[in-house]
Amino acid sequence: MDIRIENISKTFGQHPAVNSVSLEIRSGELIALLGPSGSGKTTLLRLIAGLEHPTGGRIFFGDEDASRKSVQARNVGFVFQHYALFKHMSVADNIGFGLRVRPRAQRPSRREIRARAEELLDLVQLPGYGERFPAQLSGGQRQRVALARALAIEPRVLLLDEPFGALDAKVRKDLRRWLRELHDKTGHTTIFVTHDQEEAIELADRVVVLNKGVIEQVGTPDEIYDTPASPFVHQFIGEASSLPVTLSNGEVWLADRATGLRSEGNGEAILYFRPNHIEVVEGCSGCIAGVVVGSRRVADTRRVEIEIGAGRHRVEIDLPVGHPAGEGSRIAFRPTRWRLYLSGASENAAPRKVAVHA
Amino acid sequence: MTVENMLVPSAAGTAAPNRYEATSETRGVRIVLIAIAVLFLALFLLLPLAAVFMEAFRGGIQAYFAAITEPDALAAIRLTLTVAAIAVPCNLIFGVAAAWAIAKFEFKGKSLLTTLIDLPFSVSPVISGLVYVLLFGAQGYFGPWLSAHGIQIAFAVPGIVLATIFVTFPFVARELIPLMQEQGTGDEEAALSLGANGWQTFLFVTLPNIKWALLYGVLLCNARAMGEFGAVAVISGKIRGLTNTMPLHVEILYNEYAFSAAFAVASLLALLALVTLAIKTFLEWRFADGIAAAGRSH
Repeated sequence: MDIRIENISKTFGQHPAVNSVSLEIRSGELIALLGPSGSGKTTLLRLIAGLEHPTGGRIFFGDEDASRKSVQARNVGFVFQHYALFKHMSVADNIGFGLRVRPRAQRPSRREIRARAEELLDLVQLPGYGERFPAQLSGGQRQRVALARALAIEPRVLLLDEPFGALDAKVRKDLRRWLRELHDKTGHTTIFVTHDQEEAIELADRVVVLNKGVIEQVGTPDEIYDTPASPFVHQFIGEASSLPVTLSNGEVWLADRATGLRSEGNGEAILYFRPNHIEVVEGCSGCIAGVVVGSRRVADTRRVEIEIGAGRHRVEIDLPVGHPAGEGSRIAFRPTRWRLYLSGASENAAPRKVAVHA
Repeated sequence: MTVENMLVPSAAGTAAPNRYEATSETRGVRIVLIAIAVLFLALFLLLPLAAVFMEAFRGGIQAYFAAITEPDALAAIRLTLTVAAIAVPCNLIFGVAAAWAIAKFEFKGKSLLTTLIDLPFSVSPVISGLVYVLLFGAQGYFGPWLSAHGIQIAFAVPGIVLATIFVTFPFVARELIPLMQEQGTGDEEAALSLGANGWQTFLFVTLPNIKWALLYGVLLCNARAMGEFGAVAVISGKIRGLTNTMPLHVEILYNEYAFSAAFAVASLLALLALVTLAIKTFLEWRFADGIAAAGRSH
């Protein structure tokens, strides 16, 4: 089911949670709504489900305007962050609930509902768990029951709110892979909300990065990571350091020193680069230099914090574990991949990318 | 011997080294505290309760049964049960509706409604009785119109029912609101997203989640409905055999120095209360798992 969102807005009191967001989702896609808390990602999901009513804008399911329809009529499968399983019902009854409450004419027989529940339990790899109660299940199992319950009504779209938020790291990784496989098998259009960029990048076909109620960027995980459209995306996805720089004469200047980076344009800008996209240079003519103020081990590299110039800006770079630079020693480097954003305007305005160097 | 055991200083816990807990008190303090609690309970609860039954049976079993089968006493028992049978369902419906509205929705005047629900708790029952006399009595606002149409409310059963409903108004709602607020709307949203309509959501999801609190509320409401004195005393007019409820009947007998008859009827009231408690305890014991599960948030 294609989903088209047109200028949708939702305001709670004075506070705009979602501000004129437009988005097109293709049938069968697995989409991540990614953003920090308060970015409006859950509100957007609930708007699509019909659990919230928009203050403005429209939502189309295929060619049909769904925005004035009730949550029941939209036929969406919604998996809640805390699962919201019915505690007093067995797992099988939970899964069959959506079929049992159908109007009599469309309601399958008791036996058919039972068979469908068994089938879905097999699909979510919990065969034989039908008689148990939610309290007897682990977090990961509850999550899968909640998913089976949402799938039971043959939804047109599957919506998941922080599906792995309440699980521990190991279970989360397993479930992530499993959800991807399930999606590929069933082919539902799926939208899930997460604040975990790693989860979004690993799982989704396309990632929608939200911040303060607006979309910062929509793209494949590669696009989001390699060509971030705004300073916010650059900082939110992966690690990033930033430095205020000046552009003039086709060069990038840090205070009065040339950084050795070339760029068109004039005026103030902010330079972004990732800790691993640097090269250490000897003898500094055209580089960024600073004093090491701390370091820590990150997986296979040493992440070194460096204080730069009179502005005392701190950036992080990755060095080989064996690198001799110790606290207090001077080090010079040059970013190998970097991006510039014109400063002056606030971070949330439209992307102001001026240069891309990969 | 494990390392942990070796770390415990063995000399300090000579009597029972493994039973030392951070939150426990010394033996002497425990005895004193328990004694105070037991003494207090005995003095203020058990002794009066025992006295009621002892006084009731002072004249012998036959006198006891004569007192409770006497026509006026039977009328009082019948009236009390009737009033409770009307007032409790009314407050059950109102309480669920009010708690549902307050816990699950945001609307203007919500805090006013919450305050209003508490009003019967803060107003003296005598005043609630007086209010209904003022409204429906012969000299009251609606009195002349009502008597012109042959409807009797004050000093009759309808008045008693109204006053009882007023006094027992908060019990069910008060029991449900905190629970429903804590449970939030997650389960209801899940049911709606699965296609259930409002009534199905209430019946299959909300009601099972609140059934224990609802039962407590109803039991408390019932106990109070049967035992209410002040409001009923004012509005009933205390007409023997007609508008006398059990508590009023006890008082009348007592004022007439018919002590053992008074205590006999009082013992029946006490018995009703004890039965209520027994039902509650039984249900708690029988469905302990269900109650624990319902109390737990997701």
